[in-house]
Amino acid sequence: MVSYAERLEAVWHEGTGLAGFVGTVDHKRIGLRYLYTGFVFFVIAGIEAGLLRMQLAAPDLEVLSPQAYNELFSMHGVTMMFLFATPVLSGFGNYFVPLMIGARDMAFPRLNAFGYWVFLAAGVFLNSAFLAGQAPDAGWFNYLPLANAEFTPSLAIDFYALSLIFLGVSTTAGAINFLVTILKLRAPGMTLNRIPIFVWGEVAFALTVVFALPALTVAAVLLELERKFGFHFYDIAGGGDPVLWQHLFWFFGHPEVYLIVLPALGLVSAIIPTFSRRPMIGYTYIVLAELAIFVISFGVWVHHMFAVGLPTIAMGFISAASFLVVVPSGTQIFAWLATMVSGRLVLSTAMWFVLGFLVLFVIGGLTGAMFSAVPFDQATTDSYFVVAHFHYVLVGGAVFPMFAGLYHWGPKMLGRRLDERLGKISFWLMFVGFNLTFFPMHVAGLLGQPRRTYTYHAGLGWELPNLLSTVGGAVFGIGILVTFVNWFRAKSRGAPAGDDPWGGETLEWATSSPPPEYNFETVPTIRSREPMWFQPELRGGAQSPEEGGRPLADGHATLSTTIGDAEPRAVVHMPHASPWPLFLTLAMTVAFTGVLFSSWGVAVVGAIASVAATMGWLWPRGETQET
Amino acid sequence: MLLAAAAVSCNGDAPSVLDPQGESAQRIDGLWWLMLWISLAVLAVVAGLMAVAFLRGRREGLEVDASSSRWGEPFVVVAGVIVPVVILTGVFVVSVRDLNAITREGDDAELTIEVVGHMWWWEARYPGGAVTANEIHIPTGQTVRFEVTTVDVIHSFWVPQLAPKIDMVPGRTNVVDVRTGTPGTYRGQCAEYCGLQHANMALFVVAEPPGEFERWLENETAPAASPADQAGLDAFLRSSCVGCHTVRGTDASGTLGPDLTHVASRETLGAGTIENTRENLADWIANPQTVKPGAVMPPTEISAEELDLIVEYLQGLT
Repeated sequence: MVSYAERLEAVWHEGTGLAGFVGTVDHKRIGLRYLYTGFVFFVIAGIEAGLLRMQLAAPDLEVLSPQAYNELFSMHGVTMMFLFATPVLSGFGNYFVPLMIGARDMAFPRLNAFGYWVFLAAGVFLNSAFLAGQAPDAGWFNYLPLANAEFTPSLAIDFYALSLIFLGVSTTAGAINFLVTILKLRAPGMTLNRIPIFVWGEVAFALTVVFALPALTVAAVLLELERKFGFHFYDIAGGGDPVLWQHLFWFFGHPEVYLIVLPALGLVSAIIPTFSRRPMIGYTYIVLAELAIFVISFGVWVHHMFAVGLPTIAMGFISAASFLVVVPSGTQIFAWLATMVSGRLVLSTAMWFVLGFLVLFVIGGLTGAMFSAVPFDQATTDSYFVVAHFHYVLVGGAVFPMFAGLYHWGPKMLGRRLDERLGKISFWLMFVGFNLTFFPMHVAGLLGQPRRTYTYHAGLGWELPNLLSTVGGAVFGIGILVTFVNWFRAKSRGAPAGDDPWGGETLEWATSSPPPEYNFETVPTIRSREPMWFQPELRGGAQSPEEGGRPLADGHATLSTTIGDAEPRAVVHMPHASPWPLFLTLAMTVAFTGVLFSSWGVAVVGAIASVAATMGWLWPRGETQET
Repeated sequence: MLLAAAAVSCNGDAPSVLDPQGESAQRIDGLWWLMLWISLAVLAVVAGLMAVAFLRGRREGLEVDASSSRWGEPFVVVAGVIVPVVILTGVFVVSVRDLNAITREGDDAELTIEVVGHMWWWEARYPGGAVTANEIHIPTGQTVRFEVTTVDVIHSFWVPQLAPKIDMVPGRTNVVDVRTGTPGTYRGQCAEYCGLQHANMALFVVAEPPGEFERWLENETAPAASPADQAGLDAFLRSSCVGCHTVRGTDASGTLGPDLTHVASRETLGAGTIENTRENLADWIANPQTVKPGAVMPPTEISAEELDLIVEYLQGLT
């Protein structure tokens, strides 16, 4: 009798050669690729930030030319938002959502692979603008008319717009995949009110993407039509309006902030109960708060435009909604605090990062609430006060949770422990460095320093805060490096982690570290919100059939359940590794490159090749479609 | 945090939001201090709860406390929903009151000044025909309405000590009202990224008592004085300057660059980039690209003698 594990291994193994590398559809490998690639972009954008800070260390420096400065701050923003924050959080989601819900893969594994390849291609596409010497220089917000063909005739803005359209394909594919996976592939018994909060965070993230991203894609398509073909959507002389760009951009752009923060808050919710040693207090409120943020975030975009000269009554409504969106964040914070206070803290590195997150996110949230007050916003928007605010929200609210995630889940992903002492050194360097960098920016902003300025004169009181920010940036950067060193040290010679180093409550701790390709020997039956704490039979990832475990070892399959109560419905046969997602990505890259250079012949060839690759992907082949 | 805020409000040289000299800015300052105190209170509560969690101590081992918490969920509802809603509603009401006060103030504007944004300088047009650049004089004790727009990209008119900022958007004319009782020079700067030289787009609002202001306006409205030395004017009129610049009272009537009728009365060149000294003026005319790279003005290719004559002439335009 061959064991389930051996049978599953035979069916799920993808091979280690080139075919496996190119064709993998394993959500864990793809998740790690998102993480590694995202962190590479983090380093690139971080170096860009370092150069910006060197230029601003003192008045009237000439470290960078004005043009270089403008390109670097634009690329810093675009890269951090689109190529670092979102993909890295998608990486955590990719890796852990199927594990946490007891599935064997994402619902659409090839679409998942496709999403990664497109992200990689779009990221390379955008950054190749540096090689072309025409990097985007109109900011990540890319306002018109500065970004139109008259004021920016180079390809810089085309690189920007096309890469965002391209990348949108990846993000949308990923979001739909998360939604279907979470709604349909949960282990039996994982009813809606037993879904881990991290997974709810991914739901809120995915919903936000699905509703917000089209606005950005539309804005970028209209922009390219205007730049390439002389349309007039944003051109006042032709009856268009540059403010249309702002509406479209921020209708996407504000939810974008939440789609970065929501999964990060989910990550925090995954860590706090483990290291407070008790179930989360206020689970229902946290979940409702996450979903409320998703809904309300679509009603606040105009608070980026309070200085545009819009009617007072419109600003009043948006102001009210902006105050309102603070509440669900507050709800989560107090639920976490209640959990921590009524539990017993375990001060692991991950928990230190969460504690740091709490402080920074509360400060960022408080200054965020200040921006809901229209007159204060009008005074401080586009000053360094805003730069301070959103770095507290995005770095404090997302990067610190990501680093917490690296320390919390690193052992699961690597199979080895990270060094806790190095981790705490990294945390303190990052925490102190971050505050030293960004707290003085509040001051600089209130002292009247506008953002996006490549230099400033002496004598305006801006010297000290700017110098502190530059010094702090260096400390912050060193802190980040310590974690990278820690990670790669652990990867090569860390102590073995075991299945469940922290005594975690969710399902990913049931299986081995790193998990096998099929995740669990048996798809488990869930009877608790904290299954690992209250269902001891889950340990080892092989709940016995008597306890409700289903091996599904006869094919390449996972289980589909109902949306609400997670009752088993069908065995879903999963596709095998395939190179076609990569081929389609390459064909699309050709098409986008053709459009970039207005080489329409190349674009058409790329488009035809994309259709062909799609057909190749979907072509019926008896051996892969096991149904 | 409070110390930092206090330092900000006392920093004498800075164009600080927290050193308000205009009525709108004073309202904003009041709003800031209200919100800061609330924020500090919230932060203290959060920090206090974190401290409690710390002080409860750790436990060896990984034992889980599965007991239900009687106070937990009610606490979340009260501290995490009800209290924030109450506080935020209060702040919202105050902020709307301030917003209305700020936007309604100008119903009785006593002076309207048109300000037009250019890459990368400010054009100010007064009733009566005075046109100047980057230095805008206003009378104290009167409500002054700024009607702002742009000829190219979006800029934002921001003088932190006087009023909230207002964007200058193509095809729109926006309005911001300023009223100050304190004479002084208030620095402002473009607050919407507008391309290469966004950093060097400063402006100065000079508030002076009405009598002084009237004299200034009268002078600015008048055409340029005839120069003592006709050679300077001739050199100027021969040069490429006149293609873009106006000097009222002469044949120079270009409109791309700033009006130079009273250029010598201004403190800076290139919208706050350099001081308006004789030497800087000569440098600027000879090659603005070394002073403010990317500025629309091209280098002027003339002999040293011609340059000298032109500088001499411009220095006389007070």
